[in-house]
Amino acid sequence: MTRVRSLAAFVWDFVVGDDWRIAVGVVIALGLTALIGGTALAAWWILPLTVGALLAYSVWRVARPRV
Amino acid sequence: MSGQQFGLALSVFLACSVEAVEALTIVLAVGTTRSWRSALIGVGAALVALGAVTAALGPALTSLPINALRVAVGGLLLVFGLQWLRKAILRATGLKALHDEAATFREEAEAARAAGELGTGFDPYSFTLSFKGSFLEGLEVVFIVITFGANQHDVGLAAIAAALAVLAVVGAGVAIHAPLARVPENAMKFGVGVMLTSFGTFWGGEGAGAHWPGGDASLLVIIPATLLFALANVVVLRRRAARPAAVRA
Repeated sequence: MTRVRSLAAFVWDFVVGDDWRIAVGVVIALGLTALIGGTALAAWWILPLTVGALLAYSVWRVARPRV
Repeated sequence: MSGQQFGLALSVFLACSVEAVEALTIVLAVGTTRSWRSALIGVGAALVALGAVTAALGPALTSLPINALRVAVGGLLLVFGLQWLRKAILRATGLKALHDEAATFREEAEAARAAGELGTGFDPYSFTLSFKGSFLEGLEVVFIVITFGANQHDVGLAAIAAALAVLAVVGAGVAIHAPLARVPENAMKFGVGVMLTSFGTFWGGEGAGAHWPGGDASLLVIIPATLLFALANVVVLRRRAARPAAVRA
């Protein structure tokens, strides 16, 4: 059980890292891109916008209480 | 060499250099304080295990349909890239301590000395620590080589760039016989974060069905835009941190 737990912790740390919101945000953005990409509308702007928003949010979340 | 191939080689080289520096620090710490022989056997065993992982994952990944591969790889690169970039920004602004290889070396060496008496034969402590350090850092190298290489249909170029990075780091480590404390690790992590995030955005978008304006040339906009945005975060955060609390309130 301990080994399974430590393997799960390793995979989580390896893939998700310090901020799980980034992974969730990326999955949602890819899903949205696939949804809109299947229509006649342009979908290329979703990922760059999400990247900017996620990075700024994640960094400023850490910075807020200290600055 | 095309622009995309150069980007691929540079990204893989930088990313693998960072990982190799971290693995080298651990191996040097246990090798110099306990047993070089056992530490090097640990590195060898890790290389064999990494070879097995590559052999298992490589063909599985490259046999996926290209769009599914691009979504999966693009998504993973985005998550990895954003995490690297986040850490690099926090370190550059002083909100997170810089990764100090000299301090890591001292801590690992201290722990190795405290691990008990060293026998004359094989030393399991040196083996285990070297194996773990090399395998875990190596896994990231394998991931980057396979994903970047498979996406560009050039696993060979990615593997050469990775091998050159590991050779350069190990060569430097052997030459100075000490941890590579002067490597600008955060700047390298920043650069790798920008490249992983940019390629992840491009491939993830393409795989999910988006059509980039200008096709492949849009990477020439995505990479500098990601870099500028990350640098802008560093500048603004540094300025805010430098202001007195009363002004910020």
